[in-house]
Amino acid sequence: MKRATFFLSILLALSLLLSACQTAAEPTEVAEPVDEQETEPVEEPVVEAPEETVVYDRSETLYVSGAAWGPASTWNPFQPGSLANTTGTLGYVYETLFAYDPMTGEMIPWLAESGEWVDDATYVVTLRDGLTWSDGEALTADDVKFTFDLGQQYAALWFSPMWNYLSSVTADSATQVTFAFGDDILYQEWSNNLYNIPIVPEHLWSSKTEEEIIVGANENPIGSGAYLYDTHAEDRNIWVRNENWWGIDVFGTPAPKRIVDIRTSSNNVALGMVTMGDIDLSNNFLPGIAELSKQGYVDTYFEGPPYMLSANTAVLFLNTTLKPLDDAAFRRALAFAIDVPSIVNVAYAQLVAAASPSGLLPSLSTFEDADVIAELGYSFDTAQAQQILADAGYVDIDDDGFVETPDGDPIELQVTCPSGWTDWMAAIDIIASSAQAAGINVQSTYPDYGAWNTELQSGTFNMTLNNWAAMSNTPWTLYNLLFRHPIQEQMQSGNFGRYDNQTIFDLVDELARVPMTDIAGMQAVTSQIQELMLTEMPMIPLWYNGLWAQFSTAHWTNWPAEGNADNPTLPTTWSGYWQLGGLMNLINLEPVVAE
Amino acid sequence: MKRYFLRKLLIYLLTFFLAVTIDWLIPRFMPGDPIANMLARTSVNSNAAQVMYEYYSHVFGLDLPIWQQYLNFWGSLFHGDLGISAYLFPTPVVNVLKRAVPYDIFLLVPSILLSWYVGNKFGAFAARSKWLDNTISPLSYVLTATPYMWLGILLAWFFGIVLRIFPIAGAYSFTMRPTLSLPFIGSVLKHWFLPFASLFLVGVGGQAIGMRNMIIYELEADYSHYLEALGAPRSLIRKYAFRNAILPQVTGLALSLGVIVAGALVTEVVFSYPGIGYLLLAAIQNQDYFLIQGCFLFIIIGVLIANFIIDIVYVIIDPRTRRGMTGE
Repeated sequence: MKRATFFLSILLALSLLLSACQTAAEPTEVAEPVDEQETEPVEEPVVEAPEETVVYDRSETLYVSGAAWGPASTWNPFQPGSLANTTGTLGYVYETLFAYDPMTGEMIPWLAESGEWVDDATYVVTLRDGLTWSDGEALTADDVKFTFDLGQQYAALWFSPMWNYLSSVTADSATQVTFAFGDDILYQEWSNNLYNIPIVPEHLWSSKTEEEIIVGANENPIGSGAYLYDTHAEDRNIWVRNENWWGIDVFGTPAPKRIVDIRTSSNNVALGMVTMGDIDLSNNFLPGIAELSKQGYVDTYFEGPPYMLSANTAVLFLNTTLKPLDDAAFRRALAFAIDVPSIVNVAYAQLVAAASPSGLLPSLSTFEDADVIAELGYSFDTAQAQQILADAGYVDIDDDGFVETPDGDPIELQVTCPSGWTDWMAAIDIIASSAQAAGINVQSTYPDYGAWNTELQSGTFNMTLNNWAAMSNTPWTLYNLLFRHPIQEQMQSGNFGRYDNQTIFDLVDELARVPMTDIAGMQAVTSQIQELMLTEMPMIPLWYNGLWAQFSTAHWTNWPAEGNADNPTLPTTWSGYWQLGGLMNLINLEPVVAE
Repeated sequence: MKRYFLRKLLIYLLTFFLAVTIDWLIPRFMPGDPIANMLARTSVNSNAAQVMYEYYSHVFGLDLPIWQQYLNFWGSLFHGDLGISAYLFPTPVVNVLKRAVPYDIFLLVPSILLSWYVGNKFGAFAARSKWLDNTISPLSYVLTATPYMWLGILLAWFFGIVLRIFPIAGAYSFTMRPTLSLPFIGSVLKHWFLPFASLFLVGVGGQAIGMRNMIIYELEADYSHYLEALGAPRSLIRKYAFRNAILPQVTGLALSLGVIVAGALVTEVVFSYPGIGYLLLAAIQNQDYFLIQGCFLFIIIGVLIANFIIDIVYVIIDPRTRRGMTGE
């Protein structure tokens, strides 16, 4: 036994030593000399870890969570957002020409000082003076031209379809870029792209190969943004403020010197940390936040329901290729049968709001035709649902409590969502039970994510939820998602229910071509789309998913909140939202001054 | 003896080949298309979906016929190239494992070894007297029957949130950067303690019960009664009984150590501790063929090596096996 003890203790010591060495040597391939030279913008590759302990000052560091779900693997700003667990790449490091403020509905000049249509087919952008990259080089029109030209060279970049109507990009001077268009300009898509395309430095990217540009990891990213990449580890990404950021004179200095983006693998940990003040801003969905907010453990945007801003619309897609979902009357009956108030109050415990029947988020309510919605809209009304079914010929022939089709065939439908998405699972349970109460036999099932995604894209589901219609500057993005066309074998980008209606397709195409300044023109088209959509009901907008955000005021204050005019931004670190106000939030935050 | 080991080696090689083939096949049987999942969100505002789909299929070699993918797999395996992870694109699988597995080794090896040692000791105590048995056994049963995640959350809540002695997330403090200094090592150990303790407590119970049963069995054997009749001291009888009882426990230990590469998923989730378990779960949910294959490959190798070591160790510590072998 003595030998065994000895052997065991050797093993123990060895394993501890091994792992400790591994952990200590881990993430510091590049460590800029942080504490000594704070104004030095150039990252110097230092091979060893710093010798004395580096501890971050609590009053200068912002701890966030809820954006990254795994270790960082890529800093390529062109990489699809869901891949990059480094969700700050486009936002902290890389910037766009414009930003968009969903609260006011205005495009905010960011890298650009101004942009205007000099005629119907030419758009001129004037860049600001004094723009710089974090390595000291100037950001000029050549960088903008280079970035946009990449879309023409490589079809695999997400914004390359823009070149169907963009003819050329010219750098007229150091600060002026002219975009010349051809025919058939999709003005709506163009304006949406203006705040989504990151500008990359030509002097570093022109030597990259195609593979590096499209799928490369782009380690040690050099961008023009307010923050620099500091380091990362398995469960955190750390960004440090760029003291030479060009935006300091224009917008202000971002308050946190350092941002630590924490990956929490479970919600209870995020909840524990945000109530204790170890996390300042948590963008996780934490069930039960309503109670905690009421009792003051955490703060939220609103003091009362729905506590959260609305981020995207949860839409129930119906597979219109199947019977009886191909009958518009049946679909309308379904819309009246679904108990959305229960979803809001029970499944989400008041953390969400019911959606408008048009599907548009509150920030785009200008484009809702109130008359159309008043006349054709739906709300939870079981009696109305039963009436519509009866009028359309759906009767319960065999007396089992569920209606059959007018031809006498039994109806049995399934509503699905990925297994493990607990809030959606609760929601579809309510959908199923309220549909059953109206006489429609709907069962809820939860396939695993891979299987669910396959069913979604190949159109083999019956009814399923989807919430990709996020905050946007134009209603076109929502309707382009809902009525994606042409209908192909694999629908990857929308219209999963394969609703085929050429009139609506033409309307969506028409909407895409309306200039952004022609509000009346846009309203005219959206009104027609909404009328057709509510008559046919090929998909049912149900509720607005929240821009989940709960924050602690232990170390940082002046958070965005209803009525806080000092910080009219979005309290979020989600990918794709930096240009919608996430970055301005950081500029407006204030550290809590210790008394 | 040489023939014995050669035959063993042959069987292990055959097992390895079959196991790795199944390992390669299984992810491909899962429903769902990994590239489609990877591109799921991006396709929203772009028509480039089809082009990107084809591009990524080519990058992962998924556009080749199945038999060619299989042969390429073996080829790159012998080069030590386990492919590129789709879930953590574009990190090579080997790097993912290299970075994540040490955390699991750090957690699991000490807890498995310590719980084995302490559990066996307590089990042996329990077999000494009725009074000890009546206290240690119920405690062990409770510990081993406790659902691990409940115990973990309880520990995290009590020590982390109520008493605030230990932190509840991360491998080291979120305010520090890794350095070889005392405060940092202290932070690592503080963050390590709760996950380690939870794994230790759950393991101790099982080991104690197993050992207690084995010792009682040995103490009732003929040779024990004979020694007692001869007047041998209780401690001598217990020593011999312990040696015999430890054999199945050694097997258990070796097998537990063999599966370490699978990580401790629930621990990682409850304590937000980095490691391969959580990544493996995410890889399965996202159909990341290469990360799943790579992980399971290491598990196969780990288990086979553990088995091999058990064979050797048994020859060393069990004279009966030794005699049985040379008798061949």
